[in-house]
Amino acid sequence: MNSKYEDVFYRDNLATKLLGYLVLFAMFVSFLLIAWYAPVERTMGLVQKIFYYHVPSAWNAFLAFGVVFVASILYLTSKDRKWDILAYSSVEIGVIFSLIVLITGPIWARPIWGVWWSWEPRLTTTLILFLIYVAYLLLRYFSGESNQTANFSAILGIIGFLVVPLVYTSINWWSPEAQVHPQRVGLGPHMLVAFFVSLFTFTLLYVYLLIRRVQMAYAKTAVDDLREQQSE
Amino acid sequence: MRQIFAILWKDLQLEMKTKESFLSMLTFGLLILVLFNFAFDLTPEMKRLITPGLLWITFLFSGILGLNRSFSLEKENMAIHGLLLAPVDRGLVFFGKFGSNLIILLVTELLTLPFFLLFLNMPLFEHFWWVLGIIVLGTIGFVSLGTLFSAMATSTKLREVMLPLLLFPVSTPILLAGVACLRQILSGEPFTTYRQWFSLLVVFDIIFVVVPSLIFEYAIEE
Repeated sequence: MNSKYEDVFYRDNLATKLLGYLVLFAMFVSFLLIAWYAPVERTMGLVQKIFYYHVPSAWNAFLAFGVVFVASILYLTSKDRKWDILAYSSVEIGVIFSLIVLITGPIWARPIWGVWWSWEPRLTTTLILFLIYVAYLLLRYFSGESNQTANFSAILGIIGFLVVPLVYTSINWWSPEAQVHPQRVGLGPHMLVAFFVSLFTFTLLYVYLLIRRVQMAYAKTAVDDLREQQSE
Repeated sequence: MRQIFAILWKDLQLEMKTKESFLSMLTFGLLILVLFNFAFDLTPEMKRLITPGLLWITFLFSGILGLNRSFSLEKENMAIHGLLLAPVDRGLVFFGKFGSNLIILLVTELLTLPFFLLFLNMPLFEHFWWVLGIIVLGTIGFVSLGTLFSAMATSTKLREVMLPLLLFPVSTPILLAGVACLRQILSGEPFTTYRQWFSLLVVFDIIFVVVPSLIFEYAIEE
Protein backbone atom coordinates (compact mmCIF):
# COMPACT_ATOMS: atom_id res chain seq x y z
CA MET A 1 0.00 0.00 0.00
CA ASN A 2 1.23 3.41 -0.92
CA SER A 3 2.11 5.33 2.21
CA LYS A 4 1.06 8.53 0.51
CA TYR A 5 -2.59 7.79 1.17
CA GLU A 6 -1.86 7.49 4.87
CA ASP A 7 -0.59 11.03 4.88
CA VAL A 8 -2.62 13.11 7.28
CA PHE A 9 -2.88 15.91 4.73
CA TYR A 10 -5.12 13.81 2.55
CA ARG A 11 -7.48 12.99 5.38
CA ASP A 12 -10.13 14.91 7.16
CA ASN A 13 -8.33 17.23 9.56
CA LEU A 14 -8.91 20.20 11.80
CA ALA A 15 -7.67 22.75 9.25
CA THR A 16 -10.20 21.57 6.67
CA LYS A 17 -12.99 21.66 9.25
CA LEU A 18 -12.05 25.21 10.21
CA LEU A 19 -11.97 26.22 6.56
CA GLY A 20 -15.48 24.81 6.21
CA TYR A 21 -16.75 26.95 9.08
CA LEU A 22 -14.95 29.96 7.65
CA VAL A 23 -16.74 29.45 4.29
CA LEU A 24 -20.05 29.12 6.11
CA PHE A 25 -19.41 32.35 8.01
CA ALA A 26 -18.25 34.20 4.88
CA MET A 27 -21.35 33.01 3.01
CA PHE A 28 -23.52 34.42 5.79
CA VAL A 29 -21.68 37.75 5.79
CA SER A 30 -21.78 38.10 2.01
CA PHE A 31 -25.48 37.29 2.04
CA LEU A 32 -26.08 40.10 4.54
CA LEU A 33 -23.99 42.47 2.42
CA ILE A 34 -25.81 41.55 -0.77
CA ALA A 35 -29.24 41.73 0.80
CA TRP A 36 -28.94 44.93 2.84
CA TYR A 37 -25.63 46.70 2.43
CA ALA A 38 -25.61 46.90 -1.36
CA PRO A 39 -28.33 49.25 -2.65
CA VAL A 40 -31.02 48.14 -5.11
CA GLU A 41 -29.94 48.94 -8.65
CA ARG A 42 -31.86 51.89 -10.11
CA THR A 43 -32.88 50.56 -13.52
CA MET A 44 -32.83 46.78 -13.09
CA GLY A 45 -34.24 46.66 -9.60
CA LEU A 46 -34.03 43.75 -7.24
CA VAL A 47 -33.17 41.14 -9.90
CA GLN A 48 -29.74 42.73 -10.35
CA LYS A 49 -28.76 41.13 -7.02
CA ILE A 50 -28.37 37.79 -8.79
CA PHE A 51 -25.24 39.32 -10.28
CA TYR A 52 -23.44 38.80 -6.93
CA TYR A 53 -23.86 35.05 -7.32
CA HIS A 54 -23.80 34.77 -11.11
CA VAL A 55 -20.42 36.39 -11.73
CA PRO A 56 -18.53 34.66 -8.87
CA SER A 57 -19.94 31.31 -10.11
CA ALA A 58 -18.64 32.04 -13.61
CA TRP A 59 -15.28 32.97 -12.09
CA ASN A 60 -15.22 29.70 -10.15
CA ALA A 61 -16.09 27.67 -13.24
CA PHE A 62 -13.24 29.19 -15.23
CA LEU A 63 -10.89 28.89 -12.26
CA ALA A 64 -11.83 25.22 -11.89
CA PHE A 65 -11.26 24.46 -15.58
CA GLY A 66 -7.98 26.37 -15.46
CA VAL A 67 -6.89 24.15 -12.57
CA VAL A 68 -7.94 21.12 -14.64
CA PHE A 69 -5.79 22.34 -17.53
CA VAL A 70 -2.68 22.79 -15.38
CA ALA A 71 -3.22 19.55 -13.44
CA SER A 72 -3.74 17.66 -16.72
CA ILE A 73 -0.43 18.86 -18.13
CA LEU A 74 1.30 18.00 -14.85
CA TYR A 75 -0.26 14.54 -14.92
CA LEU A 76 0.91 13.77 -18.45
CA THR A 77 4.43 14.96 -17.72
CA SER A 78 4.82 13.32 -14.28
CA LYS A 79 2.31 10.42 -14.40
CA ASP A 80 1.67 11.08 -10.73
CA ARG A 81 -1.87 9.99 -9.80
CA LYS A 82 -2.35 12.93 -7.49
CA TRP A 83 -2.61 15.31 -10.47
CA ASP A 84 -5.24 13.14 -12.06
CA ILE A 85 -7.26 13.14 -8.84
CA LEU A 86 -6.93 16.91 -8.59
CA ALA A 87 -8.00 17.34 -12.23
CA TYR A 88 -11.20 15.34 -12.12
CA SER A 89 -12.17 16.64 -8.70
CA SER A 90 -11.91 20.12 -10.16
CA VAL A 91 -13.96 19.16 -13.23
CA GLU A 92 -16.85 18.04 -11.05
CA ILE A 93 -16.87 21.34 -9.18
CA GLY A 94 -16.45 23.36 -12.38
CA VAL A 95 -19.43 21.62 -13.97
CA ILE A 96 -21.59 22.43 -10.95
CA PHE A 97 -20.61 26.10 -11.03
CA SER A 98 -21.14 26.42 -14.77
CA LEU A 99 -24.57 24.89 -14.22
CA ILE A 100 -25.25 27.60 -11.62
CA VAL A 101 -24.16 30.20 -14.20
CA LEU A 102 -26.48 28.69 -16.79
CA ILE A 103 -29.39 28.73 -14.34
CA THR A 104 -28.88 32.15 -12.78
CA GLY A 105 -28.21 33.75 -16.19
CA PRO A 106 -31.69 33.11 -17.62
CA ILE A 107 -33.39 34.05 -14.32
CA TRP A 108 -31.76 37.46 -14.65
CA ALA A 109 -32.21 37.63 -18.42
CA ARG A 110 -35.96 37.04 -18.44
CA PRO A 111 -36.96 40.40 -16.90
CA ILE A 112 -33.97 42.34 -18.34
CA TRP A 113 -33.64 41.02 -21.91
CA GLY A 114 -37.23 39.80 -22.17
CA VAL A 115 -36.15 36.27 -23.07
CA TRP A 116 -34.84 33.36 -21.04
CA TRP A 117 -32.05 32.53 -23.39
CA SER A 118 -30.09 34.58 -25.84
CA TRP A 119 -27.36 33.06 -28.00
CA GLU A 120 -24.99 35.51 -26.52
CA PRO A 121 -21.18 34.99 -26.52
CA ARG A 122 -20.52 34.55 -22.82
CA LEU A 123 -23.61 32.54 -22.08
CA THR A 124 -23.11 30.31 -25.13
CA THR A 125 -19.41 29.83 -24.38
CA THR A 126 -20.35 28.71 -20.87
CA LEU A 127 -22.85 26.27 -22.36
CA ILE A 128 -20.25 24.77 -24.72
CA LEU A 129 -17.75 24.58 -21.87
CA PHE A 130 -20.37 22.83 -19.75
CA LEU A 131 -20.96 20.29 -22.55
CA ILE A 132 -17.23 19.64 -23.00
CA TYR A 133 -16.73 18.87 -19.32
CA VAL A 134 -19.92 16.83 -19.07
CA ALA A 135 -18.37 14.71 -21.84
CA TYR A 136 -15.23 14.54 -19.67
CA LEU A 137 -17.27 13.15 -16.78
CA LEU A 138 -19.05 10.68 -19.08
CA LEU A 139 -15.71 9.50 -20.44
CA ARG A 140 -14.51 9.02 -16.90
CA TYR A 141 -17.70 7.27 -15.84
CA PHE A 142 -17.75 4.87 -18.76
CA SER A 143 -14.15 3.77 -18.77
CA GLY A 144 -13.44 2.76 -15.18
CA GLU A 145 -10.35 3.45 -13.11
CA SER A 146 -7.15 2.89 -15.03
CA ASN A 147 -4.06 4.70 -16.19
CA GLN A 148 -5.61 4.88 -19.61
CA THR A 149 -8.66 6.69 -18.27
CA ALA A 150 -6.39 9.15 -16.50
CA ASN A 151 -4.54 9.76 -19.78
CA PHE A 152 -7.77 10.30 -21.70
CA SER A 153 -9.08 12.71 -19.09
CA ALA A 154 -5.87 14.69 -19.14
CA ILE A 155 -6.01 14.97 -22.93
CA LEU A 156 -9.57 16.23 -22.76
CA GLY A 157 -8.67 18.61 -19.93
CA ILE A 158 -5.99 20.16 -22.13
CA ILE A 159 -7.94 20.33 -25.40
CA GLY A 160 -11.11 21.54 -23.67
CA PHE A 161 -9.35 24.52 -22.17
CA LEU A 162 -7.34 25.40 -25.29
CA VAL A 163 -10.51 25.59 -27.35
CA VAL A 164 -12.17 28.17 -25.07
CA PRO A 165 -10.72 31.35 -26.66
CA LEU A 166 -11.60 30.06 -30.13
CA VAL A 167 -15.14 29.19 -29.08
CA TYR A 168 -15.60 32.60 -27.50
CA THR A 169 -14.18 34.46 -30.51
CA SER A 170 -16.26 32.54 -33.00
CA ILE A 171 -19.52 33.01 -31.11
CA ASN A 172 -18.72 36.66 -30.60
CA TRP A 173 -18.31 37.17 -34.36
CA TRP A 174 -21.24 34.97 -35.12
CA SER A 175 -23.75 37.15 -33.32
CA PRO A 176 -22.17 40.49 -32.42
CA GLU A 177 -25.60 42.09 -32.07
CA ALA A 178 -26.42 39.57 -29.37
CA GLN A 179 -23.66 40.97 -27.16
CA VAL A 180 -26.11 42.04 -24.49
CA HIS A 181 -24.03 41.38 -21.42
CA PRO A 182 -23.42 44.61 -19.56
CA GLN A 183 -20.05 45.65 -20.96
CA ARG A 184 -19.07 47.97 -18.19
CA VAL A 185 -20.84 47.37 -14.95
CA GLY A 186 -21.14 50.69 -13.19
CA LEU A 187 -21.06 49.59 -9.58
CA GLY A 188 -21.32 51.98 -6.70
CA PRO A 189 -18.79 51.65 -3.83
CA HIS A 190 -21.25 49.70 -1.67
CA MET A 191 -22.01 47.33 -4.52
CA LEU A 192 -18.29 46.83 -5.13
CA VAL A 193 -17.74 45.82 -1.52
CA ALA A 194 -20.58 43.31 -1.64
CA PHE A 195 -19.32 41.98 -4.97
CA PHE A 196 -15.72 41.45 -3.89
CA VAL A 197 -16.73 39.86 -0.61
CA SER A 198 -18.96 37.50 -2.58
CA LEU A 199 -16.16 36.78 -5.08
CA PHE A 200 -13.77 36.03 -2.23
CA THR A 201 -16.35 33.79 -0.54
CA PHE A 202 -16.98 31.83 -3.71
CA THR A 203 -13.28 31.36 -4.35
CA LEU A 204 -12.92 30.10 -0.80
CA LEU A 205 -15.88 27.78 -1.36
CA TYR A 206 -14.16 26.40 -4.47
CA VAL A 207 -10.96 25.72 -2.53
CA TYR A 208 -12.91 24.05 0.27
CA LEU A 209 -14.94 21.85 -2.09
CA LEU A 210 -11.79 20.91 -3.98
CA ILE A 211 -9.98 19.85 -0.81
CA ARG A 212 -12.99 17.84 0.33
CA ARG A 213 -13.37 16.16 -3.06
CA VAL A 214 -9.68 15.28 -3.19
CA GLN A 215 -9.82 13.84 0.32
CA MET A 216 -12.79 11.75 -0.75
CA ALA A 217 -10.90 10.47 -3.78
CA TYR A 218 -7.94 9.49 -1.60
CA ALA A 219 -10.22 7.72 0.85
CA LYS A 220 -11.71 5.81 -2.05
CA THR A 221 -8.27 4.86 -3.38
CA ALA A 222 -7.29 3.66 0.08
CA VAL A 223 -10.41 1.51 0.32
CA ASP A 224 -9.82 0.09 -3.16
CA ASP A 225 -6.24 -0.75 -2.23
CA LEU A 226 -7.39 -2.51 0.96
CA ARG A 227 -9.96 -4.52 -0.96
CA GLU A 228 -7.34 -5.55 -3.48
CA GLN A 229 -5.02 -6.64 -0.68
CA GLN A 230 -7.74 -8.76 0.83
CA SER A 231 -8.59 -10.51 -2.39
CA GLU A 232 -4.99 -11.44 -2.99
CA MET B 1 8.14 10.82 -43.59
CA ARG B 2 8.36 7.28 -44.92
CA GLN B 3 6.76 5.89 -41.75
CA ILE B 4 3.85 8.32 -42.01
CA PHE B 5 3.34 7.30 -45.59
CA ALA B 6 3.45 3.59 -44.74
CA ILE B 7 0.58 3.90 -42.25
CA LEU B 8 -1.34 6.20 -44.54
CA TRP B 9 -0.92 3.85 -47.48
CA LYS B 10 -1.96 0.80 -45.44
CA ASP B 11 -5.20 2.52 -44.43
CA LEU B 12 -5.94 3.74 -47.92
CA GLN B 13 -5.28 0.33 -49.46
CA LEU B 14 -7.61 -1.25 -46.94
CA GLU B 15 -10.23 1.36 -47.72
CA MET B 16 -9.85 0.92 -51.49
CA LYS B 17 -10.38 -2.81 -51.13
CA THR B 18 -13.36 -2.73 -48.77
CA LYS B 19 -14.75 0.79 -49.35
CA GLU B 20 -16.44 0.40 -45.96
CA SER B 21 -15.98 3.89 -44.56
CA PHE B 22 -16.33 5.61 -47.86
CA LEU B 23 -19.58 4.00 -48.96
CA SER B 24 -21.23 4.26 -45.55
CA MET B 25 -20.27 7.91 -45.21
CA LEU B 26 -21.48 8.77 -48.67
CA THR B 27 -24.82 7.04 -48.19
CA PHE B 28 -25.24 8.59 -44.78
CA GLY B 29 -24.52 12.06 -46.16
CA LEU B 30 -27.08 11.56 -48.88
CA LEU B 31 -29.63 10.41 -46.30
CA ILE B 32 -29.09 13.50 -44.14
CA LEU B 33 -29.62 15.66 -47.19
CA VAL B 34 -32.90 13.95 -48.03
CA LEU B 35 -34.13 14.02 -44.44
CA PHE B 36 -33.39 17.72 -44.09
CA ASN B 37 -35.25 18.40 -47.27
CA PHE B 38 -38.34 16.68 -45.86
CA ALA B 39 -37.96 18.14 -42.39
CA PHE B 40 -37.91 21.74 -43.56
CA ASP B 41 -39.92 21.66 -46.79
CA LEU B 42 -37.52 24.13 -48.37
CA THR B 43 -38.39 27.11 -50.52
CA PRO B 44 -35.64 28.40 -52.86
CA GLU B 45 -34.94 31.29 -50.51
CA MET B 46 -34.59 28.97 -47.53
CA LYS B 47 -32.32 26.67 -49.52
CA ARG B 48 -29.95 29.54 -50.06
CA LEU B 49 -29.95 30.32 -46.35
CA ILE B 50 -29.42 26.84 -45.00
CA THR B 51 -27.06 25.33 -47.59
CA PRO B 52 -23.78 26.36 -45.89
CA GLY B 53 -24.98 24.99 -42.54
CA LEU B 54 -26.44 21.84 -44.04
CA LEU B 55 -23.20 21.21 -45.89
CA TRP B 56 -21.17 21.30 -42.69
CA ILE B 57 -23.68 19.32 -40.65
CA THR B 58 -23.59 16.62 -43.33
CA PHE B 59 -19.80 16.57 -43.35
CA LEU B 60 -19.44 16.49 -39.57
CA PHE B 61 -22.04 13.75 -39.12
CA SER B 62 -20.72 11.51 -41.86
CA GLY B 63 -17.18 12.29 -40.70
CA ILE B 64 -18.04 10.74 -37.33
CA LEU B 65 -18.82 7.45 -39.08
CA GLY B 66 -15.45 7.27 -40.80
CA LEU B 67 -13.48 8.38 -37.74
CA ASN B 68 -15.14 5.73 -35.60
CA ARG B 69 -14.02 3.07 -38.07
CA SER B 70 -10.46 4.35 -38.01
CA PHE B 71 -9.49 2.89 -34.65
CA SER B 72 -12.09 0.18 -34.16
CA LEU B 73 -10.44 -1.30 -37.24
CA GLU B 74 -7.11 -1.33 -35.40
CA LYS B 75 -8.71 -2.85 -32.31
CA GLU B 76 -10.07 -5.79 -34.31
CA ASN B 77 -7.54 -8.60 -34.26
CA MET B 78 -5.37 -6.42 -32.01
CA ALA B 79 -3.75 -4.77 -35.00
CA ILE B 80 -3.11 -1.77 -32.76
CA HIS B 81 -0.37 -3.71 -30.96
CA GLY B 82 1.52 -4.02 -34.21
CA LEU B 83 1.23 -0.30 -34.67
CA LEU B 84 2.41 0.37 -31.13
CA LEU B 85 5.33 -2.04 -31.39
CA ALA B 86 6.59 -0.39 -34.54
CA PRO B 87 9.82 1.44 -33.73
CA VAL B 88 8.54 4.85 -34.77
CA ASP B 89 7.64 7.99 -32.92
CA ARG B 90 3.95 7.99 -31.88
CA GLY B 91 3.60 11.43 -33.42
CA LEU B 92 4.30 9.87 -36.81
CA VAL B 93 1.64 7.23 -36.18
CA PHE B 94 -0.73 10.11 -35.51
CA PHE B 95 0.12 11.83 -38.78
CA GLY B 96 -0.32 8.56 -40.66
CA LYS B 97 -3.79 7.96 -39.26
CA PHE B 98 -4.67 11.64 -39.58
CA GLY B 99 -3.60 11.63 -43.23
CA SER B 100 -5.63 8.61 -44.19
CA ASN B 101 -8.72 9.85 -42.33
CA LEU B 102 -8.36 13.23 -43.97
CA ILE B 103 -8.08 11.81 -47.48
CA ILE B 104 -11.03 9.46 -47.04
CA LEU B 105 -13.27 12.18 -45.62
CA LEU B 106 -12.23 14.73 -48.26
CA VAL B 107 -12.95 12.32 -51.10
CA THR B 108 -16.35 11.59 -49.58
CA GLU B 109 -17.08 15.29 -49.23
CA LEU B 110 -16.11 15.96 -52.82
CA LEU B 111 -18.48 13.26 -53.99
CA THR B 112 -21.28 14.59 -51.77
CA LEU B 113 -21.00 18.08 -53.27
CA PRO B 114 -22.73 17.21 -56.58
CA PHE B 115 -25.80 16.13 -54.60
CA PHE B 116 -25.99 19.59 -53.07
CA LEU B 117 -25.94 20.97 -56.56
CA LEU B 118 -28.60 18.52 -57.61
CA PHE B 119 -31.00 18.76 -54.67
CA LEU B 120 -30.49 22.31 -53.47
CA ASN B 121 -29.59 23.94 -56.74
CA MET B 122 -26.63 25.76 -55.27
CA PRO B 123 -23.95 27.61 -57.26
CA LEU B 124 -21.22 25.55 -55.61
CA PHE B 125 -19.18 25.20 -58.75
CA GLU B 126 -19.08 28.86 -59.70
CA HIS B 127 -16.71 29.51 -56.83
CA PHE B 128 -15.42 25.97 -56.73
CA TRP B 129 -11.84 26.62 -55.60
CA TRP B 130 -12.89 28.87 -52.76
CA VAL B 131 -15.54 26.41 -51.60
CA LEU B 132 -13.01 23.61 -51.79
CA GLY B 133 -10.42 25.61 -49.86
CA ILE B 134 -12.82 26.29 -46.99
CA ILE B 135 -13.95 22.67 -46.89
CA VAL B 136 -10.35 21.44 -46.76
CA LEU B 137 -9.44 23.90 -43.98
CA GLY B 138 -12.44 22.98 -41.85
CA THR B 139 -11.94 19.28 -42.40
CA ILE B 140 -8.28 19.40 -41.35
CA GLY B 141 -9.06 20.66 -37.84
CA PHE B 142 -12.06 18.39 -37.46
CA VAL B 143 -10.23 15.25 -38.57
CA SER B 144 -7.15 16.04 -36.48
CA LEU B 145 -9.15 16.29 -33.26
CA GLY B 146 -11.32 13.42 -34.48
CA THR B 147 -8.31 11.14 -34.92
CA LEU B 148 -7.15 11.88 -31.38
CA PHE B 149 -10.60 11.38 -29.85
CA SER B 150 -11.31 8.31 -31.95
CA ALA B 151 -8.25 6.61 -30.49
CA MET B 152 -9.64 7.39 -27.03
CA ALA B 153 -13.29 6.62 -27.68
CA THR B 154 -12.69 3.12 -29.01
CA SER B 155 -11.04 2.18 -25.70
CA THR B 156 -14.04 3.19 -23.61
CA LYS B 157 -17.05 1.08 -22.76
CA LEU B 158 -19.33 3.25 -24.88
CA ARG B 159 -17.07 3.13 -27.94
CA GLU B 160 -18.88 4.65 -30.94
CA VAL B 161 -21.25 6.69 -28.79
CA MET B 162 -18.41 8.52 -27.09
CA LEU B 163 -16.80 10.08 -30.18
CA PRO B 164 -19.52 12.62 -31.09
CA LEU B 165 -19.92 13.57 -27.43
CA LEU B 166 -16.24 14.45 -27.29
CA LEU B 167 -15.80 15.86 -30.76
CA PHE B 168 -18.86 18.03 -31.44
CA PRO B 169 -18.56 20.58 -28.61
CA VAL B 170 -14.91 21.34 -29.41
CA SER B 171 -15.73 21.58 -33.13
CA THR B 172 -18.06 24.57 -32.65
CA PRO B 173 -15.51 27.11 -33.95
CA ILE B 174 -15.05 25.06 -37.15
CA LEU B 175 -18.78 24.87 -37.72
CA LEU B 176 -19.32 28.60 -37.14
CA ALA B 177 -16.32 29.69 -39.21
CA GLY B 178 -16.97 27.18 -41.99
CA VAL B 179 -20.61 28.18 -42.30
CA ALA B 180 -19.81 31.90 -42.22
CA CYS B 181 -17.16 31.57 -44.97
CA LEU B 182 -19.35 29.46 -47.24
CA ARG B 183 -22.30 31.81 -46.82
CA GLN B 184 -20.23 34.77 -48.01
CA ILE B 185 -18.70 32.81 -50.88
CA LEU B 186 -22.03 31.51 -52.12
CA SER B 187 -23.56 34.98 -52.13
CA GLY B 188 -20.59 36.16 -54.17
CA GLU B 189 -19.09 38.42 -51.51
CA PRO B 190 -15.35 39.32 -51.73
CA PHE B 191 -12.70 37.69 -49.51
CA THR B 192 -12.42 40.72 -47.21
CA THR B 193 -15.92 40.10 -45.83
CA TYR B 194 -14.94 36.77 -44.36
CA ARG B 195 -11.19 37.20 -43.88
CA GLN B 196 -11.44 37.05 -40.07
CA TRP B 197 -13.39 33.77 -40.24
CA PHE B 198 -10.83 32.39 -42.63
CA SER B 199 -7.97 33.25 -40.27
CA LEU B 200 -9.90 31.68 -37.38
CA LEU B 201 -10.02 28.43 -39.35
CA VAL B 202 -6.28 28.62 -40.02
CA VAL B 203 -5.47 29.31 -36.35
CA PHE B 204 -7.73 26.47 -35.25
CA ASP B 205 -6.03 24.09 -37.71
CA ILE B 206 -2.55 25.05 -36.56
CA ILE B 207 -3.32 24.63 -32.84
CA PHE B 208 -5.29 21.43 -33.25
CA VAL B 209 -2.89 19.69 -35.56
CA VAL B 210 0.14 20.49 -33.41
CA VAL B 211 -1.34 19.74 -29.96
CA PRO B 212 -2.92 16.35 -30.84
CA SER B 213 0.27 15.20 -32.56
CA LEU B 214 2.15 15.94 -29.33
CA ILE B 215 -0.25 14.22 -26.93
CA PHE B 216 -1.39 11.41 -29.19
CA GLU B 217 1.03 8.96 -27.56
CA TYR B 218 -0.97 9.16 -24.33
CA ALA B 219 -4.17 8.31 -26.19
CA ILE B 220 -2.90 4.95 -27.41
CA GLU B 221 -0.66 4.01 -24.48
CA GLU B 222 -2.01 1.10 -22.43
